[in-house]
Amino acid sequence: MSNPVSGAKPHPKLQAHFHSMEQQLEASTLGMWVFLVTEVMFFGGMFMAYLVYRNMYPHAWVEASHELNWQLGGLNTMVLIMSSLTMALAVRAAMLGQKRYQIINLTLTILLGCVFLVVKFFEYKAKFEHHLVPGPNFDPTLEQGMQIFFSLYFMLTGVHAAHMIIGIVMMTVILTMAARDSFNAEYYTPVEVAGLYWHFVDIVWIFLFPLLYLLGRHGA
Amino acid sequence: MSHQVPSIRMYVGVFAALLIFTATTVWVAGLDLGRLNTPVALGIAITKGSLVILFFMGVRNNTPLTKTVAISGFLWLLILFSLGMNDYLTRGWLGVTGR
Amino acid sequence: MKEAAVHQEPSYLGAPYGLAAWLLTKDHKRIAILYLISVTIFFAIGALFAATIRTELITPQGDLVTADLYNKLFTLHGVVMIFFFLIPSIPATLGNFFIPIMIGAKDLAFPRINLLSWYIYVVGAIVTLSVVITGGVDTGWTFYAPYSSIASNTNVTTAALGVFITGFSSILTGFNFIVTIHRMRAPGMTWFRLPLFVWANYATSLIFILGTPVVAITVLLIAAERTLHLGIFDPRIGGDPILFQHLFWFYSHPAVYIMILPGMGVISELVANVSRKQIFGYSFVAFSSIAIALIGFLVWGHHMFVTGQSIYAGLVFSILTMLVAVPSAVKTFNWTATMYKGSITWDSPLFWVLGFMGLFLVGGLTGLFLGSMGLDVHLHDTYFIVAHFHYIMVGGGVTAFLGGLHFYWPKMTGRMYSEPLAKIASMLVFFGFNLTFFPQFILGYMGMPRRYHSYPPEFQVLNVMSTGGAAVLGTGYMLILIYLLYSIFKGPKAPMNPWGATGLEWKIQSPPITHNFHETPVVTEEAYDYIHAPAPERALTPVSPREVTHE
Repeated sequence: MSNPVSGAKPHPKLQAHFHSMEQQLEASTLGMWVFLVTEVMFFGGMFMAYLVYRNMYPHAWVEASHELNWQLGGLNTMVLIMSSLTMALAVRAAMLGQKRYQIINLTLTILLGCVFLVVKFFEYKAKFEHHLVPGPNFDPTLEQGMQIFFSLYFMLTGVHAAHMIIGIVMMTVILTMAARDSFNAEYYTPVEVAGLYWHFVDIVWIFLFPLLYLLGRHGA
Repeated sequence: MSHQVPSIRMYVGVFAALLIFTATTVWVAGLDLGRLNTPVALGIAITKGSLVILFFMGVRNNTPLTKTVAISGFLWLLILFSLGMNDYLTRGWLGVTGR
Repeated sequence: MKEAAVHQEPSYLGAPYGLAAWLLTKDHKRIAILYLISVTIFFAIGALFAATIRTELITPQGDLVTADLYNKLFTLHGVVMIFFFLIPSIPATLGNFFIPIMIGAKDLAFPRINLLSWYIYVVGAIVTLSVVITGGVDTGWTFYAPYSSIASNTNVTTAALGVFITGFSSILTGFNFIVTIHRMRAPGMTWFRLPLFVWANYATSLIFILGTPVVAITVLLIAAERTLHLGIFDPRIGGDPILFQHLFWFYSHPAVYIMILPGMGVISELVANVSRKQIFGYSFVAFSSIAIALIGFLVWGHHMFVTGQSIYAGLVFSILTMLVAVPSAVKTFNWTATMYKGSITWDSPLFWVLGFMGLFLVGGLTGLFLGSMGLDVHLHDTYFIVAHFHYIMVGGGVTAFLGGLHFYWPKMTGRMYSEPLAKIASMLVFFGFNLTFFPQFILGYMGMPRRYHSYPPEFQVLNVMSTGGAAVLGTGYMLILIYLLYSIFKGPKAPMNPWGATGLEWKIQSPPITHNFHETPVVTEEAYDYIHAPAPERALTPVSPREVTHE
């Protein structure tokens, strides 16, 4: 652990219980990672359900996956990967104290996130129209297991979308702070930490895409 | 923790790799590899996730503690999956009716 | 390191003044007190449910309450006691208060998140308890599907959402502790100089992080199934209710370690102090906390031996369950070895230690009986299980909480409580507890099922004994509440180190100043260095308030 340079005034953003900006940044980064572990376990419970039921109803799983639009899913995957790039560039810009590039990249990240949600909205709408939403309106002629697939589809993508919305709100706050010159090369912790969250949400989708959308392509 | 600023080239390179892997996974899904389809798809997803974690999230340059924390979540999921599936895959093994 | 003999700075209790200063505080000590008040209130609420249950069970017929109401009573008793009392009890009170001080820090890593965790806890509790007014919930604290997801017509969704919200409180506490312990230890405070209380809370925090999210998603799935018809556990569409149990117990088994590990940490502190000796096998005890936390995640299927889980899986879980008992046994042996040839101090902390050791031993050993599949087939869902978990959670967990509360009371409040009353109360609690719960082992062995409001007449004598014991136990608890509260106003002022204990927390004034230390300590001594520790600053026999001079 480093000691503060003697005689130097503490950075205005240094909280009283920390003794250096570096300790503060390290603590925040570690903290966000610990939080991300909880998110891994949170989604993980649903992945467990997926695993159990895919093992139980392999054919229904393929049939159900066939109903999903893999092109839209693929598009969304590209959108999120691109948003991770812009997010990483935004953090880099913050590290370098480059306000303009922070603003550009954060804005792009937010926009890409919104594109993702719009595509999702149209996908959900289509499911509703095709009687693929579990519950009383679910198509009763479909094979047993397909309703469970769709329950998991909605839970997984729904919880994911909720995380996206939270991420977009968070990024908007960060963007506002960046526009107000809140960050510089010594203090950009919120950007870094928010970036970690955003990348995590991308990683969840990286797994959801093949597991939900790509089973029906040839019939496994 | 040293903060060497990562290069834009590195980020764009990782981005390109992620796009290529995405296209690959879509293409492979269209081939019938039998029982290999799932492991290949998961393998590609794990590779993509690892690229994001190591490069976009910067874990490659983080402390060993952060790396341990990052891996622990996935390890814990493996415990849930393996001990849980241990039930589902062994039902009926011991010849007791219904179990 | 010396602390100023005269305190020019006011303690954390006095300044800043006012309700807003408490409700918007960032001081970990004030947040700990907020939690202490809350968990006490919820303990009282849970105890009221228990009292009603035990009153009903005096007679074999279900004559006090209807069967439906009885179901709601035991459900709420469990939910309140587990989620709103036991899980936060030691970590959020003693942990929040003392972890920063024990490691030489001025606060936790994220003070505002600490306050947020308290607010989330309060909101979660209000949401969950709102069901008491709107008709209750009757699924049992275990919320098993498909009853909870489809059949029950009580407020399952609200209760599930309340539990979901409260889970975030635990997660935030755990995350704060982990980062704090890793990143904010004072110079010289290496891992192996840490008090074992810190190790225990660290291990508990691992469980908070790795386990709580799984129960969070599980109760969310129940709520989704009830409200949005997203059937994951619904057998009518091919779902498997046992999957619910896998997901639920993946957290809830480690949760029981959340409920005992911090208590074990407290007991380590107390054992070292009452023996005036270094803990025997310090590093074994430290690692055993981590081992319990980690191995505890591998055994959840022992709650499911008779549910329809594969027998082969049951076998695997049974073997792993035997394994998890080992680190707990290591602790118990090491505490005993510490006390052997120690210089035993017959103060109230010793009484709590002895109570804990006896009761935890019985609870832990009966866990081995239950971990063995053949026995569990007969004992599952009987009063044997009820007795087993109450021995551990109440006999172990609550006793350790009370022991810690007493031991740290002078530091937290700056006042000493009445020693004779404390000794009497601890004996009432011990006696009342055994009278309440030991008969339940016999009842379970004889076949009385749990969660039933009526029973065959031959079980009545034991049930009456149990209810009698509950009355004694309740009296003991109320006595504690009374003399502890009294001591805040009229108790003698406490010196800096009344127990002559080791640790940074005993080198600062009682109660501490807001920033804990006037300057960051530099640690040079090993943990539990009782050879160099000061003698207790109070007489070993009780003194009247007039004789004590302070500080």
